[in-house]
Amino acid sequence: MTLFDFFAHNGGELGNLVLEHLFLVIVSTGIAVLIGVPLGILLTRKPGLSKPILGFANIMQTVPSLALFGFLIPLNIYLFNVKIVGGIGARTAIVALVLYSLLPIIRNTFTGISNVDPAIREAGRGMGMTDRQLLFQVELPLALGVIIAGVRVATVICVGTATIAAAIDAGGLGRYIFRGLRANDNVLILAGALPAALIALAADLLLGYVEKAIQAGAVLKASSHKLLWSGAIAVLIFFAVAYFFLGKSAGRIAVGSKDFTEQVIVGEILAQAIEAKTGAEVVRRFDLGGNLAHDALIAGEIDVYVEYTGTGLLAILKEKPLADPEEVYRRVKAEYAQRFKLEWTEPLGFNNTFAILVRGDDAKKLGLKTVSDAAKVSAQWRAGFGQDFMSRADGYRGFSKAYGFHFEATREMDLSLTYRALAENQVDLIAGNSTDGLISRYGLVQLDDDRRYFPPYDAVPVVRQAALEKYPALRGVLKQLGGILTVEEMRKLNYTVDGEKRQAKDVAREFLIGKSLITGESLAP
Amino acid sequence: MTNAGTAIKFQDVSFVLPGGRSLLANLNLQVEAGETLVLLGRSGSGKTTTMKLINRLIDPTSGKLEVEGKATVNWDPIQLRRRIGYVIQEIGLFPHLTIEQNIGVVPRLEGWEPERIAQRARELLNLVGLDADLFAGRYPRELSGGQRQRVGVARALAADPPVILLDEPFGALDPITRRGIQQEFKTLQQELGKTMVFVTHDIAEAFVLATRIALLKDGEMILLAPPGALLDSSDPEARAFAECFYHGQSIGRPA
Repeated sequence: MTLFDFFAHNGGELGNLVLEHLFLVIVSTGIAVLIGVPLGILLTRKPGLSKPILGFANIMQTVPSLALFGFLIPLNIYLFNVKIVGGIGARTAIVALVLYSLLPIIRNTFTGISNVDPAIREAGRGMGMTDRQLLFQVELPLALGVIIAGVRVATVICVGTATIAAAIDAGGLGRYIFRGLRANDNVLILAGALPAALIALAADLLLGYVEKAIQAGAVLKASSHKLLWSGAIAVLIFFAVAYFFLGKSAGRIAVGSKDFTEQVIVGEILAQAIEAKTGAEVVRRFDLGGNLAHDALIAGEIDVYVEYTGTGLLAILKEKPLADPEEVYRRVKAEYAQRFKLEWTEPLGFNNTFAILVRGDDAKKLGLKTVSDAAKVSAQWRAGFGQDFMSRADGYRGFSKAYGFHFEATREMDLSLTYRALAENQVDLIAGNSTDGLISRYGLVQLDDDRRYFPPYDAVPVVRQAALEKYPALRGVLKQLGGILTVEEMRKLNYTVDGEKRQAKDVAREFLIGKSLITGESLAP
Repeated sequence: MTNAGTAIKFQDVSFVLPGGRSLLANLNLQVEAGETLVLLGRSGSGKTTTMKLINRLIDPTSGKLEVEGKATVNWDPIQLRRRIGYVIQEIGLFPHLTIEQNIGVVPRLEGWEPERIAQRARELLNLVGLDADLFAGRYPRELSGGQRQRVGVARALAADPPVILLDEPFGALDPITRRGIQQEFKTLQQELGKTMVFVTHDIAEAFVLATRIALLKDGEMILLAPPGALLDSSDPEARAFAECFYHGQSIGRPA
C-alpha cells in the first residue's frame, strides 16, 4: 500500500490523530508560555535565580522521555481536588511536554528583556514609570519578538516530542509511528512522521512570520496589548478546563497493553471478553511503552494488562532467573500480591520466550526435536542472531556454552530479518521470539529448550485487587481466559495483524467467537 | 508654575558607591526657580550623579537634598519623577511607540483623557519646531538625530513639570545641528520660564544657556558663578575651560 492509498483509506483516523497532536502541542506550549514568560521576567528582577532555574530547565531537556514518564506516572499531585500530575494519558504527556519546552521560553524572555537598551529603561524610570509600567509598557513589547522566537523553538520541539505521547496512551501522530515501527511498516511510520513534520514546518513558518512582523515594527498598539493579554487569559482558561477534564475514567474498567502487536491483541481479547461477560464499560489504554504499563497499573490508571512471568521476575521484582515455569509463576504471584496488591490470574497458555528455530525440512530430515539434538549436528551450520541476543551475557555466549554449540559462522543482523534469512537458506539456525507470526509463515520449527536455558515468559493477566473487589465478575472472566491461547495460536494471531494487516480488534473478536467465549451478536458492530 | 524661591537645594550632599569610591562630595548648591543652572565639568566630574540625585534615581549617602522644599527621600520617587522632566543624551525614545505616543507617555501615566494627550502632543511638536501633521504618526527610527532630540525635549515638557533635567541632551548631534538647536532651546527656555538643570562638558553650550554655571571637578564643586565670571576666574580648571571657549570662538563659527 502506498502512502497515498493509506491516507485515502484512513482520512478520518488521520484527522483525529492530527487533532490530538495539535491539542497536545497547543496546550503544552500554552502552559509553557504561561509558566516560562513569568519565570523569565522573574530572572530579570532576581538575576541570582537564573542559575538554578535555567539549570533546571536545561536538565529537563536532557531527561529521556520514557524515564520522565516513568517518574511522572506514579505521582499524585492534586490542585483544588483535580489531579494535575500523574497517571497515563494526555495529562502526563502534557506535563512532560511543558517541561521539555520551558527552556527556550524562559531563556528568550530573560534575554529579550535584558537586551532592552539601558537608555530606554532609564528614560522610562526617569519619567516616573513604576516597575510594572516599565515592564508592561516598555520592556515586554520590546522583547516580544525575541520571546516569540523562543515560543517558536519550543513549539517545534513540542511537535516532535509529542509523538512520544503515544507511549502513554496520549494519542497523536506517534500512534502511527509506534505502530509502524512495531510492524516494520514504513508506510505507517511515514503516515505519522510526515504530517508531524508538516505541522512543525507550518508552526515554524507561522510563528516566524509573527516574529518578523513584530521585529519589523508592526507593533501592537497599546489598546491591542490589552486584547493580547485578555486573549492569553481566555486561552489559559480554555486549556485549564480541557486539561482538567482529561483522562477521567471513573466507574469503568481500564485495560492496558504494552506497545507491541501481541500485547494489543491480548489486550483486545481481555477487553472484549470483559465487555461481553460483565457488561461493564471498558476503556482501552494500549501501546504503553517500556514498563509503563506496570507503572500505570500501580497508579490505578489501568486495572488489568497481560504481563510475562519472566519480565515480572527479572525486570519488575529484579530477582534472579529461575528455570521452572511453575516456580516463577508462584513467585511473582506471591510477591505481587504482597508488594503491589496486584493479582496474577490464570496463565493464557503461551510462553513468549527466545525460540531456537530451524527450517521445517531440516527438522524432519535430521529428526531434530530439541536444542541438544541440533547442537550435535551444527558443526557446519551458520547461525543468525539479532543484535540484542548477540550482546547479552545470557544471550549467545551463555547459550552456546550451555549447549556446546560451535557454528561455522554467526551472523549478526536485525531480529526481524533473521526469519527470512533462515527460510532462504542464508543461515541454518536463529533465535527468534516464540510467538512471532513469521514462524508459521515460513514453516519454521521451534526446538525444545531441553536444558531450560531460557527463562519462562508465560503470558498472564495481572489485575488490581481493588478492581477485583469492585467488579467481582471480573475474576470469572479472567479465569475463563486461562489456557485459551497456545503458542501456535498466538503466532497465527500475530501474523494476521502484522503480516495480513488486519485490525487487532477484529482479530481478537473472531478469536473469541471461535472459542465460543462471546457470540457474534453480543457485540455492537 | 514656580517662578520665585528655591526649587532645588543641596546641603552637604555626598554620594559614595558601595565599594567606597566617592562620586560626589559635600555639594552645597541652590537652584533658584526659573533659572537655568548648567553643571559643567569633564567626564567623571559628578555631573550626572548630581542629576540622578535630583529625580531620585539614586539617594544621597549623606547630606540633605530638597526639591520644592521637601527632602527627596521623603518624596515618593514616582510622584517626584513625574514632576520633573528628564532628557538624556541617548534620548531613550520608545521605539515601539509613535512620536505622539512617546510625547504622551507621562500624561497617559497621569491618566489624562486621550484627546487632551493628542492635543498636547501636537502643541509641543509645534513648540519644538516639528510639523505635527508630519511627525505625530511616525516612529523614532524614521527621524534624524536632531529631530529625535527635539522630541525628547517635547516629551520632557509634556505634563508641564516645574523642573526639567537635561543630561547632555545635544551631546550626540553634529556641531551645526547642535548650535541651531541650542539657540532654539534658549528661546524656548525664555518663553517657558522653567527651572532647568543642564549638564554639559561643552563650555560654549554652557555660555549660550546658563543663568549660572556650576563647575565640577572630581566630585566637588569648585566654582559657582554667572558665565562671565567663569572666564575671569583664576582657578586652573576654570582656566582650562576658558581656554577652550576662546579657542572654540576663534576657530569656530563667527560669534
